[in-house]
Amino acid sequence: MIRFEQVHKRYATGRQALAGLSFSVQAGEMAFLTGPSGAGKSTILKLIALIERPSRGEVFVGDQNLARIGRRRIPLFRRQIGVVFQDHKLLQDRPVLDNVALPLIIAGVPRREIDKRVRAALDQVGLLGKERNLPQELSTGEQQRVGIARAVVAKPPLLIADEPTGNLDPQLALETMRLFKRFNDVGVTVVIATHDVHLIEAVGARRIALTDGQLALA
Amino acid sequence: MNLGAYLERHAQTLVGSFGRIVKQPFATLMIISVIGIALALPLILQVLVQNARQATGNWTDAIDLTLYLNTAASEERARAIAAQLRSRGDIAAVQVITARQALNEFREHSGFGTALDALTDNPLPQVLVVTPTLAASRSDAAQPLQKQLAAIPDVAEVQLDTAWVRRFHAMLDTAHRLVALISGILVAGIVLIIGNTVRLDILNRRNEIEVMKLVGGSDGFARRPFLYSGFLYGLGGGGMALLLAALTTHLLTGSIRHVAELYGSDFGLTGAGWALGGEVLIGAGLLGWLGAWVAATWHIRAIEPS
Ligand SMILES: Nc1ncnc2c1ncn2[C@@H]1O[C@H](COP(=O)(O)OP(=O)(O)OP(=O)(O)O)[C@@H](O)[C@H]1O
Ligand SMILES: [Mg+2]
Repeated sequence: MIRFEQVHKRYATGRQALAGLSFSVQAGEMAFLTGPSGAGKSTILKLIALIERPSRGEVFVGDQNLARIGRRRIPLFRRQIGVVFQDHKLLQDRPVLDNVALPLIIAGVPRREIDKRVRAALDQVGLLGKERNLPQELSTGEQQRVGIARAVVAKPPLLIADEPTGNLDPQLALETMRLFKRFNDVGVTVVIATHDVHLIEAVGARRIALTDGQLALA
Repeated sequence: MNLGAYLERHAQTLVGSFGRIVKQPFATLMIISVIGIALALPLILQVLVQNARQATGNWTDAIDLTLYLNTAASEERARAIAAQLRSRGDIAAVQVITARQALNEFREHSGFGTALDALTDNPLPQVLVVTPTLAASRSDAAQPLQKQLAAIPDVAEVQLDTAWVRRFHAMLDTAHRLVALISGILVAGIVLIIGNTVRLDILNRRNEIEVMKLVGGSDGFARRPFLYSGFLYGLGGGGMALLLAALTTHLLTGSIRHVAELYGSDFGLTGAGWALGGEVLIGAGLLGWLGAWVAATWHIRAIEPS
């Protein structure tokens, strides 16, 4: 599903974030990216979502070489990926319903269908009944789950998340990880960047450890 | 996507844009007023030029005839011809400019005073300025009249004096072109004004656009609500312009009618009319759309999630 081949990433500042990184994640797999701050976890996820481009090397998602996806085709490509952000990135002046519906609206799904699928997604993250609330009326954990509902509502085959439990208490963090695990159980490929090593053990998934933009030697 | 869903989506976006616009009534009123004033100016000028043209359309016929007599003809002969002409039914007035008057006037105004004293004879002819009645001054009647007058003994030449009318119409043409030019400049200004407003809207909603792009929204998708805002701004501005133009014509109508009465005319000012009004509204809406399109295309492209 995901393949990195000798990927280098040097930011405009000159900072080398990835240094010849190669790894792959199979379809249907669940994998955690771990490593100290600055190891390059977020950079990997940004490369997968085409928010950044590699300086050298190649990234494949599905069977597509991302180097071949031009600017105009990025939107279509991103619709195949559900992304969960640490800071949620919700539309603050729109109710939960609109936020979760956004990927479906973009995809041109008919209205009646949208309502049904949004409710289904909210049900999965345990937020049914909060459709009319604005994000700021929800707790951090609830906002995070709105973000997760939005990421999965269009049923993408790949789900990526950057520190989705960073701001959550241990109990909520564990529940969130289990939620991701449930999506993985129904066939979604899941890649999560996280610091919480003990959560990985609780969920039991593959771990890709990084240091300084390279695979850490175990 | 089927057509129904497509239309529904656009309707939703339109309503959404409308909602956002009316949420800031003061800012919206400001921009709509700016557009309205910018559009009202050429609109009012256009209405005035149009009216002037209509009112003077039959003026091509309002003419004077100038009769130049043979230089040999005396002052008495000139007065005799004048008396004869005044008795005609198709002539309203005759003014005699004698050779002596003409020379004196020339002496006073030309500065050749002493040089002219050297002349023993007055080289100027006697002149009659003939104003036909309104009926006789139609262009089809004026030509025969000119022939008849030319046939009078001692009349050397008859000149149809329509130059000033032509000059007036040339002026109207110039005014018309001026209106077009001013309109062009103001139209460009409106596109820029709306473009700038939309640019500020976009910068204010930068986060929102970033999120849309992150979840797979295209530039076109992010742009759509701004196009509707631009269209609505334009439409509002067009409406404001029509209102201002209507108000102006209404205020002018009274005084113009008064002037027209003094001249014995039943001329009144006609407003912009429904057709022109509709054109202004739709045109302004499209201008808004255009301004928004340029600004949105440009600025949304530059917003990339990081
Ligand atoms: N946009 C950027 N411009 C310049 N340098 C950047 C940028 N983003 C990341 N970096 C640098 O690249 C390196 C890797 O950053 P990255 O965000 O991938 O680390 P991370 O593993 O996610 O760290 P953390 O656990 O703190 O989130 C860091 O040294 C960081 O300073
Ligand atoms: Mg990070």
